[in-house]
Amino acid sequence: MELQLYIKAFIVGGLICAGCQLVLDFTKLTPGHVLSGLTVIGGILGGLGIYDSLIEFAGAGASIPISSFGNALVKGAIMEAERHGAIGVLTGMFELTSTGITAAIVFGFLVSVIFKPKG
Amino acid sequence: MAKKKKKELNLRQKKYQELVKKTEPKPSILKNVILAFVFGGTICIIGQFFTDFYAKVMNITPELARNPATVTMIFIGALLTGIGVFDNIAKYAGAGLAVPVTGFANSIVSSALEFKHEGLVHGVGSKMFMLAGSVITFGVVTAFFIGLYYALFIL
Repeated sequence: MELQLYIKAFIVGGLICAGCQLVLDFTKLTPGHVLSGLTVIGGILGGLGIYDSLIEFAGAGASIPISSFGNALVKGAIMEAERHGAIGVLTGMFELTSTGITAAIVFGFLVSVIFKPKG
Repeated sequence: MAKKKKKELNLRQKKYQELVKKTEPKPSILKNVILAFVFGGTICIIGQFFTDFYAKVMNITPELARNPATVTMIFIGALLTGIGVFDNIAKYAGAGLAVPVTGFANSIVSSALEFKHEGLVHGVGSKMFMLAGSVITFGVVTAFFIGLYYALFIL
């Protein structure tokens, strides 16, 4: 059971990355375009309720790629909207993603203060 | 006579170039995609390991454990960028390292480090989101309109 989840995480996560690599290799889009696009796709799938099933199916295979960020933004907005109406879209936007953003800012700041740029 | 020869050569060259085009980039694209698949999949396995680890150690549901697992992956991505290893792996892994949340951390640290010489405020502080900003912007705009649609028409 547990091993199965690891295999599913590997395959789903790998497929998402391989798909992005294909887009990078076959088009002139930059990684910035691809990552932004993937976040939007994650958001749309989140709005349709598909992304959560994917996370349930593949665990970290779906929750670690950046598409999960778009999904979490949408989920936070919808969750708060259910509680407080339309204003909840604004108040709940970062409810689920604040962990990742805060961690990225704090670690990013500390690492760039401590380490020297290469080259 | 000479003209004809030239034409023939051109035709042959064209054919050769077509052949090169057909055969050359394919193996490298295939290799890139396979590497992205393997690296991306492996990173997700590591993420799954941390999810299970935190769920067990902190005695929380896997759903909640995804948060500390994501934080750990961000930490690893930031640290690997700081010590200069990230780019060396990314050379092979491509999207396999950029698409997981490690790539998000990498984009923040690499732009912060690049502009460190402009100082902590105008360099690190403001340039930190030079690359990651677009992901946040497009994600939030998408989520705003989906959330608004949901609040107005579905609820």
